[in-house]
Amino acid sequence: MSKRSIIPILYILFLMLPIYWLVAMSFKTTNEILSGFSLFPQTFTLENYKVIFTDPSWYWGYINSIIYVSLNTVISITVALPAAYAFSRYSFLGDKTLFFWLLTNRMAPAAVFALPFFQLYSSVGLFDTHLAVALAHCLFNIPLAVWILEGFMGGVPKELDETAYVDGYSFPRFFVTIFLPTIKAGVGVAAFFCFMFSWVELLLAKTLTAVAAKPIAATMTKTASSAGYELGLLAAAGTLTIIPGAIVIYFVRNYIAKGFALGRV
Amino acid sequence: MKTENQKAWLFVLPVLLLVAFNALIPIMTVVNYSVQETFGDNLFFWEGLGWFEQILRSDRFHSALGRQFLFTFLILIIEVPLGIIIALSMPKKGIWVPVCLVTMALPMLIPWNVVGAMWNIFTLPDIGLLGYFINNTLGIEYNMTRSPIAAWITIVTMDVWHWTSLVVLLSYAGLVSIPDAYYQAAKIDGASPWKVFRYIQLPKMKTVLTIAILLRFMDSFNIYTEPFVLTGGGPGNSTTLLSIDLVKIALGQFDLGPAAAMSLIYFAITLLVSWLFYTLMTKDDAK
Amino acid sequence: MAKITLKNLRHSYLPNPKGREDFALKEIDLDWQDGGAYALLGPSGCGKSTLLNIISGLLHPSEGAILFDDKDVTHLPPDQRNIAQVFQFPVIYDTMTVYDNLAFPLRNRGVAAARVDERVREIAEMLEVTEMLGTRASHLSPDNKQKISMGRGLVRDDVNVVMFDEPLTVIDPHLKWKLRSKLKELHQRVKATMIYVTHDQTEALTFADQVVVMQDGEVVQIGTPVELFERPQHTFVGHFIGSPGMNVLPAAEDKGKVSLNGQAIAVEGKVMGAGGNIQLGIRPEFVSLSDAGLQARVRKVSDIGRHCVVEAMVGDTSIKAVVEGEVPPQGAEIHLAFRQDQTRLYRDGWLATEVTP
Repeated sequence: MSKRSIIPILYILFLMLPIYWLVAMSFKTTNEILSGFSLFPQTFTLENYKVIFTDPSWYWGYINSIIYVSLNTVISITVALPAAYAFSRYSFLGDKTLFFWLLTNRMAPAAVFALPFFQLYSSVGLFDTHLAVALAHCLFNIPLAVWILEGFMGGVPKELDETAYVDGYSFPRFFVTIFLPTIKAGVGVAAFFCFMFSWVELLLAKTLTAVAAKPIAATMTKTASSAGYELGLLAAAGTLTIIPGAIVIYFVRNYIAKGFALGRV
Repeated sequence: MKTENQKAWLFVLPVLLLVAFNALIPIMTVVNYSVQETFGDNLFFWEGLGWFEQILRSDRFHSALGRQFLFTFLILIIEVPLGIIIALSMPKKGIWVPVCLVTMALPMLIPWNVVGAMWNIFTLPDIGLLGYFINNTLGIEYNMTRSPIAAWITIVTMDVWHWTSLVVLLSYAGLVSIPDAYYQAAKIDGASPWKVFRYIQLPKMKTVLTIAILLRFMDSFNIYTEPFVLTGGGPGNSTTLLSIDLVKIALGQFDLGPAAAMSLIYFAITLLVSWLFYTLMTKDDAK
Repeated sequence: MAKITLKNLRHSYLPNPKGREDFALKEIDLDWQDGGAYALLGPSGCGKSTLLNIISGLLHPSEGAILFDDKDVTHLPPDQRNIAQVFQFPVIYDTMTVYDNLAFPLRNRGVAAARVDERVREIAEMLEVTEMLGTRASHLSPDNKQKISMGRGLVRDDVNVVMFDEPLTVIDPHLKWKLRSKLKELHQRVKATMIYVTHDQTEALTFADQVVVMQDGEVVQIGTPVELFERPQHTFVGHFIGSPGMNVLPAAEDKGKVSLNGQAIAVEGKVMGAGGNIQLGIRPEFVSLSDAGLQARVRKVSDIGRHCVVEAMVGDTSIKAVVEGEVPPQGAEIHLAFRQDQTRLYRDGWLATEVTP
């Protein structure tokens, strides 16, 4: 181990400390938490998790989140694929302007859109549905997906397309059976980022839901304010929201660095 | 060379429709509000550019904007160099690479309000790990619900914790794409480590760093959830950043006109600064 | 400039090499004279790049020593060896101008500004890049970039050796010969010891005075281009050099009498040794059509410009012959004659005939 590896080690330690504290807190009883400081849970309890897994208003929060995040990922990737292909292969009237305009939507402060989104989705009758949140998150996820996929597709030589046409492939067949497998790493990376940004976003998700599609993150804020200091429960719920991200990140670990590098500005 | 093909628009159409639905209609709504006055009951009156003038002259907006710029400035000045340093000291290959990548990316995948809640628990003076440590072990008074300085240090530290990894991962991606031959040539040319960084690593990281700085600017400038959960904008108004103030006006006071005008000004500033960053950072390439 | 000696060099990428197979370089002994132009030629993975990196100091050999002018440099780092290396892909410092790129190795060694300027202009002149000195290096074409990386190698006048690691890989074919002749010209002007690594025989044969042919981590033959062509010491060299390569034909030998497919063949001289796997080697250039001799049937005729290559079958063995003028049609029954002084016998791959004085 060299001297310079001390820097990443310290950094990772810094990253892990708050997470450790959250996890440790989730195994403590409310009594222990309120009675004072303890580095490790003194009376180890799973009570907090039991509450979450038995109370529908809690576990439905998870299910809701997973549903709209998955829905968003599927929608974003599906529509971004042909668009990214068009940007990487063809030049057409207004292509650069369009690409830039797409990216500007990534810059819009979510707070700006909260109220108009509420009105828009209420007026089309989608308020408090999973679809509403999934569609709203498209605002920032589609530009990102197009951007990443375009980067990966740009790395595939055009000759691949031409060879396939010469071999008599129709466009849809070529796209699905040849092109998609070639850029599957890119699709994975794009899906990862869509999942990530949809999973972590709260402001829009909270604004567009009330009961039926309420995300876990919103359930947590309600608990924090209404039930007073149920810190253990809050910590357990927080710990559980880390897990899906950790699983997803584990699967794409080899592509993360690459996915970042291949985007273009 | 790309082929000229206007039919490509058909490929872009679904994206266009979805994003337009989500972007154009709400923006139009916002523009609509920004030039009108309402007293409830869906009664609207033409207000012209009055709200814009009022916002641009209000001290409240100026101080929120000032705080916002200070926050973003601190974030960039800390996270970018720190991220580069960490990326430079990371292993290039071996089993520790995935371990580093996974653990470093983890904070970015935690829902933003959980991040806020987590830091809240972490910094509570009496029962939080960090809060307890600073107050009782180091004996320094630290309570972010009382001291604006403590609140600022906490939200900045939280953002460093949350997002430095983005800079690390991007820089790292740039670094690993440098062929070994460059390092070998530098060795043979007798270049010092500083020169290797200055003339090989930094130029090769430039593209990804541009992306990193742009993303960090946009996201830190638009930040809402984490500081809101952590400090609620307090104590006083000391950590009321632009978004927090905006939501207060729009949803708290339901002042739709001023909120809409403020939204548009806010959006315009984000776009303008992003464009400035982008032009400045890529101007060398144009030569 | 220096004489380079490699003594019993062995290298393995494994921490604990056991058998011979674990070594990427097996026992290399070489002497390179001061100011010579050498080429290391061999297929991919033969160990030539490993050898190059050992000479430049980027790798430390598992065993053996490297001497520059009889001084042991085995454990010196690259920057203290006073060498220059040009890589497969042009390595240039993107953000610097061409001038700064060329000045970089000198400035790093604290050379006075006036001297730097003098050397840079001199080298730029030689490489014909003077008018580009002010441009950013990233805007250059690949061949000019490669010129600049060569220039960075040549700019120091105290270099012991300049090494080229397949430097023309990314260069367009029509520019390759231009750069190659430039290199040759440079060598004659600066008189530095140069080592050129390549898998392309044309590049090696046109550049070098002496070519070292490598295979599987071993040196198979060292010689001038003519020697390699005319008397390959190993069937591999025969195969690898020449286009088409040497005919290597399964043969039989009994007490110095050689036969191919049952017919007696006269070889260049006395046969040495006994036993082993016997092969006959003759270059297509020295196989001719005649009225008598080996009976064969024409399988294929390919026109390669100035002459034709006739591929004929003797039993199950295919023999190539370079024929000028009229060629027989496919399927024709012909006779082949071998030029005796160019017909050699190989035992287990190694040359086993001696020229009779």
